[in-house]
Amino acid sequence: MLVPIEWIKEYIDINVSVEEFCERMIMSGSNIETVEHFGDEIENVVVGKIVDVEKHPDADKLLVTQIDIGEEDLIQIVTGADNIFEGAYVPVILHGGKLPGGKVIKKGKLRGVESNGMLCSPSELGFDDKVIPVPFRDGIWILNGDYALGQDIVEAMGLKNSVVDFEITPNRPDCLSMLGMGREAAATFGGKLKYPETECLKEEGKAKDYIEIEIRKPELCRRYVGRIVTDVTIGPSPLWMQKRLMYAGMRPINNIVDITNYVMLEYGQPIHAFDIRDIADNKIIVDTATEGERFTSLDGTERNLSSSMLMIKDGKRSVGIGGVMGGMNSEIKEDTATILIECANFNGDSIRYTSKKLALRTEASARFEKGIDPNLCEAAADRVCKLIELLGAGTVTKGSVDVYPVKTETYPITVRVDRVKQVLGIELSGKEIETILESLEMRVSRLGDNMKVIPPTIRQDLQEEIDLIEEIARIYGYDKMPMTLPKGNSEAHKSRERVLKDLTRDIMTGMGANEIQTYSFVSPKGVDNVRIEEDSWERNFVRLINPLGEENSVMRTILTPNMMEVLGRNFSRNINKVRAFEIGNTFFKSLEEEDALPEERDSMAIGCYGEGESFFTLKGMLEELFTFLGIQGAIYVPESEYGVYHPGRCARVVHQDTELGILGEVHPDVADKYGIGTRCYCCELAFDQVMKHANTKRFYKPLPKYPAISRDIALLVKEEINVADIENIITEMGGKLLESVALFDVYRGKQVQQGQKSVAFTLTYRAADKTLTDEEVVKVHQKVLDVLKERLDAVLRDM
Amino acid sequence: MQNQLMKILQEAKEQLLIASTIIETEEIRVKLLGKKGQLTEILRSMGSMNPEERKDFGKEANTVRAEIEALLEEKFSAMKTLQKADQFSKEKIDVTEPGTKFHLGVKHPITIAIDEISRIFASMGFSIAEGPEVETVFNNFDALNAPQNHPSRDMTDTFYITDNTLLRTQTSPVQARVLMKENPPIKVISPGRCFRVDSPDATHSPMFHQVEGLLVDEGVTMADLKGTLDSFAKQLFGSKVKTKFRPHYFPFTEPSGEMDVSCFKCGGTGCRFCKGSGWIEILGCGMVHPNVLKVGHIDTEKYTGFAFGMGVERIALLKYEIDDIRLLYENDMRFIQQFK
Repeated sequence: MLVPIEWIKEYIDINVSVEEFCERMIMSGSNIETVEHFGDEIENVVVGKIVDVEKHPDADKLLVTQIDIGEEDLIQIVTGADNIFEGAYVPVILHGGKLPGGKVIKKGKLRGVESNGMLCSPSELGFDDKVIPVPFRDGIWILNGDYALGQDIVEAMGLKNSVVDFEITPNRPDCLSMLGMGREAAATFGGKLKYPETECLKEEGKAKDYIEIEIRKPELCRRYVGRIVTDVTIGPSPLWMQKRLMYAGMRPINNIVDITNYVMLEYGQPIHAFDIRDIADNKIIVDTATEGERFTSLDGTERNLSSSMLMIKDGKRSVGIGGVMGGMNSEIKEDTATILIECANFNGDSIRYTSKKLALRTEASARFEKGIDPNLCEAAADRVCKLIELLGAGTVTKGSVDVYPVKTETYPITVRVDRVKQVLGIELSGKEIETILESLEMRVSRLGDNMKVIPPTIRQDLQEEIDLIEEIARIYGYDKMPMTLPKGNSEAHKSRERVLKDLTRDIMTGMGANEIQTYSFVSPKGVDNVRIEEDSWERNFVRLINPLGEENSVMRTILTPNMMEVLGRNFSRNINKVRAFEIGNTFFKSLEEEDALPEERDSMAIGCYGEGESFFTLKGMLEELFTFLGIQGAIYVPESEYGVYHPGRCARVVHQDTELGILGEVHPDVADKYGIGTRCYCCELAFDQVMKHANTKRFYKPLPKYPAISRDIALLVKEEINVADIENIITEMGGKLLESVALFDVYRGKQVQQGQKSVAFTLTYRAADKTLTDEEVVKVHQKVLDVLKERLDAVLRDM
Repeated sequence: MQNQLMKILQEAKEQLLIASTIIETEEIRVKLLGKKGQLTEILRSMGSMNPEERKDFGKEANTVRAEIEALLEEKFSAMKTLQKADQFSKEKIDVTEPGTKFHLGVKHPITIAIDEISRIFASMGFSIAEGPEVETVFNNFDALNAPQNHPSRDMTDTFYITDNTLLRTQTSPVQARVLMKENPPIKVISPGRCFRVDSPDATHSPMFHQVEGLLVDEGVTMADLKGTLDSFAKQLFGSKVKTKFRPHYFPFTEPSGEMDVSCFKCGGTGCRFCKGSGWIEILGCGMVHPNVLKVGHIDTEKYTGFAFGMGVERIALLKYEIDDIRLLYENDMRFIQQFK
């Protein structure tokens, strides 16, 4: 909401600097986006009169002008503008003058002709193109009226002004007006709001002789006030009004339109004017449209209406889309003589629906959507009439036609002094509270320690006690409240899941993996890219109704595609080694019903590529992670069917009959899809299951007191026998005496027959209660070797 | 014989003076004291002496022997010192060469920021509560007193899954869940992902993180809210920062406010981070609206509470001077590793 300081001062005395004004307004609840200071930078720009215009001898599009700036000599200026004429008063920047943005103008030659300055457009003087009156949009600002030649333009036109852009929160539509902001300023700085004049000096005829108004949908239109103005003369509005509109962000059009816009900005009440010639049967009917009705709005667009849209109709047809935009068929024209001024109150939800449906958002619709006090209609209509009279733009007709079926009122709210203290923690007396509330135009009556408060109807946001406590707090000043700490004691609690995730992040980073975070919504193509089969559970997506694009249209079911994308991105940026992990949610459609929340499961992905990385570094990370999480005895089951991975280098991780995840070397076709030109490895864990299986309890085991005996063995076995098969037998047969078994070599080559491999282990034997003798070890060890031979045909090789 | 002893001693002294290596010294030792050494030979020859002679000579020979041993030891020790010095000089390394690389991984900056924020609130007794990313319209809006026509409910602002489920736009629905489940005193923070319809650019991300907090108990006041958040700001940004509370509007709190901190980059004098104002907006906060407490059937006359919420990305961007929010989700290793 753009508020020109010069304008708001009409309603409230402000005796502080703009800086202080802003600071205090912010602290009382009117936050500010920006403050713009107009006219500050303008230097050496004066009022000039064009006394001669001639064509440039060597340029078709340039004109050579002689300008009188009240000095003895005329000033010659070359211009490219075509809206100038002899006798026009214009802003002239002289040699060495400055324009907003620090632009300095110097004399020089334009196509060989001397030019001693420049004629200025409103844009050059700092106005945005979208607020400049159409005639000056591409030309020089032609001043309307007599000015002293040579007078400083900033002074002459009053171009020095600060404009504050207030951020208006959705609960305060009343602040979308100069009076609304004036009311805030009055409460902030003290002082009384001065309401604008609304009483006309002279009124002729009666409004009701011109127009009849009927509201057929009172639930959608709470009030409709019509006033009539005759003998209208359309022309430009005066500079003071044009400037205020421009500073407030609106383009001046003509006196009637400008007045309606001006009053809208002043009161917050949208206003529309009809040419009464176009109103059939002199009748206004507020009713909904006919389904499929075609209607051309003021902007020249033909629109297709539906039966729930509220329309303004005359005796025969629609003449306006209520609260959104008027109709082409009844617009104000150059020769309009009598007008109907509409100040109505439309239902916000209905306006929002219509505006959305038609994709037509206007100043009026935006205001109606947020909710407007119906009690404003009358004052606003009167104010329009007063300004028409003031500007001599027409003759105001007596009275109005006011259809207002149910008057909107506000009801008393009880405020308890104790409650104020309970919520705010400050001790305010009843008197102090009363003073604050009264500064906001509320009527307060004291009832002992309580008070009955009636807010003005403009404050539709004030419904209950807490609303008023907020008013008290902000006008008292948040900054004046003390700082204390809450009294109660409590221990911070962290869920087991949170603890385990934090621990996992520590372990993973400890193993050199960087944590990544990727979007929860993904492209459904991700599962194609990682070769997930049709009809797999991974494709049963939770879909967004309104995604930003296909690439963010479904909730992820696995993290692997995101991980691959990150690996691919890093690879493409020539990062030669990556080790990364992510812990995040995955989403699964509820099996129950459409509207039920999806199931969210924690998942974890690990990905890596680069020198030294292999299936086994990845597996090693998992094993260490599991050790820390207290998951013992996870087994790795070869898997050759899962599309993501190399069929010979993939395993499912199983613990106590539960699958915890899958890991492997990424299938070359998948790596290719992501542009990764090297072997890469990935793993996805069902982290919710991992957390279920985790056990963070630790118990001390005594350190060994007696020495261990180690035996290294190398076994020749068939290629298809897995290390795990051998280890299982060793562990089984080694029994209590076997402390550990560790693989230290796998050999295939010259000394080993084709189809066989040599697998070497160190077996460590130890007893907890004595020093083992060689005999004791030999007995067990031999049994291990015998069973290996018997079950796996494993032959002991000479070491 | 005695002359011979003296001569041996004299020679030993001379030779040891010349000897320049441990090997030479050892040779001298062998030559004198070895099995066939000169002194050993002489001592062995004592067998042929008469007892009287042997006694005197023996005494003298032992003195000489002790003296030679002492000399040898001194020489050896000197030689070893020399040898070590030589070794050290040969083994000299260039300590300015880089150390062997160890690669610890790094947590994502968003995790780091959430951890830090959580740690501060944990120290003030706030537990962590979490909730799902896909929420009901009820928990995300209705329970939080959002008006039916609040613009944030629009499809242009919120991602919907169905008419009644959506991607949460804030972590506040966790507050609703906690209020419905637990009885006061309630003291939680809820960090997590949120989603809003925003096309990604340098300052916007359709997915982002928030940390919200909620305290409901008897006697909780707005002064407590100010005190708690002021303490938080000082712990996060340094004890010198000042806080400023401005009124604002949120449907789920009343009175509502925003907290600015004095710019921790320039100290409040004005710089590009605070856009010259000296203040940086950090979070939204307020006293929990009675309508929200009512959702949890909490006696609003007995209990009051405060709530607050902050954008983690915003804090991370400011703290680490990151100029483009998209960097957080590109996951370039060179970016993440900067947060070691």
